[in-house]
Amino acid sequence: MAFSGHTELPVAERAAFIYTKGRQKPGLKCEADSIAGCVSQRACVYCGARVVLNPITDAVHLVHGPIGCASYTWDIRGALSSGPELYRNSFSTDLKERDVIFGGEKKLARAIDQLVEKYRPPLVFVYATCIVGVIGDDLEAVCRVAARKHGIEVIPVQSSGFAGNKAAGYRAACAALWRLIEPAGGMPEKKSLSVNYLGDFNLAGEVWIVGSYLKQLGLELNVAFTGDATYRSLKNAAAASLNIVQCAGSMHYLAEKMQESCGIPYLNVSFLGLEDTADSLRRIARFFGDHRIEQRAEELIARETAAVAGVIQSCRKKLAGKRAAVYVGGGFKAISLIKQFRELGIDVVVVGTQTGRRQEYAVLSELVDNGTVILDDANPAELEKFMLEKGAHLLVGGVKERPLAYKLGLAFVDHNHDRKHPLSGFIGAANFAREVCSTVCSPVWRYVHTPVPGARAGGAVWAAAL
Amino acid sequence: MLEQEAADYRAVNENPCHMCMPLGAILPFKGVERAMVLIHGSQGCSTYMRRHLAEHFHEPIDVASSALNEQGTIYGGEASLKKGLDNLVKLYQPGVIGILTTCLAETIGEDTARVAADYLREKRPPGLHLITVSTPGYGGTHSEGYFLALRRIVVSLTGRSEKHPAINIIAPHLSPADLREIKRILELWQVDYILLPDFSETLDGPLARPYKKIPPGGTRVRDIARMGGARATIQLGLTVDDAISPGCYLAEECGVPLYKLPVPTGLANTDLFMELLGQLTGRPLPASLARERGRLLDCMIDAHKHNAQGRAVIFGEPEIVYAVTSFCLENGIEPVVVATGSNDHRLPGLLKNRLEETGASPCFLREADFQRIREKSREREANIAIGHSDGRYLTEKEGIPLVRHGFPIHDRVGGQRLLSVGYAGSIMFLDRITNTLLESKHQNYRLRLYQAFYRPAGPDSRQEEG
Repeated sequence: MAFSGHTELPVAERAAFIYTKGRQKPGLKCEADSIAGCVSQRACVYCGARVVLNPITDAVHLVHGPIGCASYTWDIRGALSSGPELYRNSFSTDLKERDVIFGGEKKLARAIDQLVEKYRPPLVFVYATCIVGVIGDDLEAVCRVAARKHGIEVIPVQSSGFAGNKAAGYRAACAALWRLIEPAGGMPEKKSLSVNYLGDFNLAGEVWIVGSYLKQLGLELNVAFTGDATYRSLKNAAAASLNIVQCAGSMHYLAEKMQESCGIPYLNVSFLGLEDTADSLRRIARFFGDHRIEQRAEELIARETAAVAGVIQSCRKKLAGKRAAVYVGGGFKAISLIKQFRELGIDVVVVGTQTGRRQEYAVLSELVDNGTVILDDANPAELEKFMLEKGAHLLVGGVKERPLAYKLGLAFVDHNHDRKHPLSGFIGAANFAREVCSTVCSPVWRYVHTPVPGARAGGAVWAAAL
Repeated sequence: MLEQEAADYRAVNENPCHMCMPLGAILPFKGVERAMVLIHGSQGCSTYMRRHLAEHFHEPIDVASSALNEQGTIYGGEASLKKGLDNLVKLYQPGVIGILTTCLAETIGEDTARVAADYLREKRPPGLHLITVSTPGYGGTHSEGYFLALRRIVVSLTGRSEKHPAINIIAPHLSPADLREIKRILELWQVDYILLPDFSETLDGPLARPYKKIPPGGTRVRDIARMGGARATIQLGLTVDDAISPGCYLAEECGVPLYKLPVPTGLANTDLFMELLGQLTGRPLPASLARERGRLLDCMIDAHKHNAQGRAVIFGEPEIVYAVTSFCLENGIEPVVVATGSNDHRLPGLLKNRLEETGASPCFLREADFQRIREKSREREANIAIGHSDGRYLTEKEGIPLVRHGFPIHDRVGGQRLLSVGYAGSIMFLDRITNTLLESKHQNYRLRLYQAFYRPAGPDSRQEEG
């Protein structure tokens, strides 16, 4: 199949974003704007900022804009809380035509007043949407006045949708977080065995799983950004002695900032899959230069690996030789997924991300076999084309991609925000294996290939030809 | 006169009960043959709406974006829009493209009608219709967006037409299953009809090979062109403002007699629909429908005592809320809170007679959010909620069980298959409601009666068994 030049792509401009390993000179266009009309799967700046900050449980998250932005993100993340539930509300200034004409600052100020009076939060985030950037409401000024009036922190998040893509929203969120955690009166005293965990949003309790691993190593989880975080816990962030970063796409910027300003070094880690989880625990243990911690890490890895070995083995037997396509938000997740599929005997034949970075694509390209298609900012037409050409049996993606996979008769695994089972750590690897098995080995596919009853010989071909 | 409480006093919307205009405007286009939608604005809008719609319909929802960035926002988005159209044509070869605006495009003053006209003049794409709809996110809710898009489709595609005996049916935002039921009823009456929109197949498609990027089905453009010559229009929409009513346009511009009817959910509303079909065709009610009517009555009798204990909070789009409220009234369920996120002010007047007959006096809320709906539901002791999935908040916070109905149903499968129109659909809908009341009563009656009547000897006399 000759698509090395991608000459048959309907939109030629997309060719630069697609690369087949071993058939082309390495190189892939990424970190660029989406092309108009191409049905990109990407979200906006506001979305990036909202998903990162929203898990902070005791904050008021107020969206300054028309209703849609708040409506589509109400309780969107399955981030769990061990305490407050305020973050599960969606507050909006619900701007109307009148507000757009005369400016929304007064309404915003009243909205903050009403919310603070009613809920007494320690912290308010105010998110800018497209419209706020255009009509020029002075978010900084309104937030400053409100903060002084109520004696709490009111932090503007500069997340106008059109000013870049989701990755720009991650940076806006990091900027807002930094305003919160920057120590006001000099650096606090460092706690020696204390770790911050960045880039985990506690979907289905994943922060708690990783926290318990750290505890078993003899380390303290100081604060996680932002899963199950509170105003108080975030204020202590600068006291940790190490930052570990899971979702590098969203948190790399903040990790760098904390290294530079607070002197906290960071490690990129991943708790997706057995290999990455074990490797991450070892590197964390090694960082502290204490052989007792390393010893405990080895014991933990041995114990937990043994506990899930049976599940992984039995799934592996059923899945050997299957081929997967991956289309996820960030590069780190894609890299871990390729390794995780390998643990299950599955080859990844198509891999793409919405916001992967250059370095991440380089790693991806190293990892995959010759012939694998790598693509940035893919659209449904491309996913369809490459999944069929490469003979994928399943797709990993988000909600928008699921119906496409099913319509093509392919299995599907959700790796999205609202799942209700953890995919992190050893237990997560077992859950993942079970989920892959449940979809790839489902009896439903047998019927997809069964001829339609009563159809004449010719009429049955469509189903058999799949 | 029944009063409706508006939300003018409020600076903040707490947990929205409505969505934005462009989301509503996508749907009618999904019910037109070979149509696609391009949203002129930043990338996130189309992504969010696709996600929201995909989760309800479980179907691929391909919607393009002009992906306006900062530059386009400052210097104008004409180039992005034209490029978007070019690429969308290349990828999908649509026959119709609906061009919707967003908050952003409206505020920077994009003239999409002019750009679309220029595009057609410059490129002369054979057989392509461009239909622009002005849908600022702050201009109304998704309900208004839906009808405005329908009207723009009719205005753009309906030309001079010979008189013919077909009847136009304008459908509000119903489920694909409901649209199929309306078609079945019309076929039983042997009525020649043009149903607009018709997403009964496109948003609930069977598994078929080969996969088609634009699913087959939808109202044919040449049928829409003939709507001006139809014998009559039946608009299933009482709450629609004349300015955005497709039926009013056809009456005023083409002289097609207009009959406005409610959604045929419930005995009385379905009777109205059948009466009119009888009048227009001069034929009696088909025997199979007469039997279905009898079965509905039988079902209403079986369930009436259970239903008499229902105190309902009803919320959603005004047209659906009207139908559900009258449905509750005819079944002896008392509506205690009737709420819509839209600015509709017609509901109390439209329901006045039916309410007076039964003596019910619900609290009406417009521009409602779920915080207000919750307060009122508690105050009025609602024991059942009927509306879309976001009402699960009422279940979680107040223990009020929810019968899922309308849009979005994003926490259950089968939103696209929920049937509630016609006699047959009403039976299924009523069973869902009655069974929810029965279930709720069973769960609570032991404890309730114990607390009410048992006089314990001591504080801990009641021990849990087992």
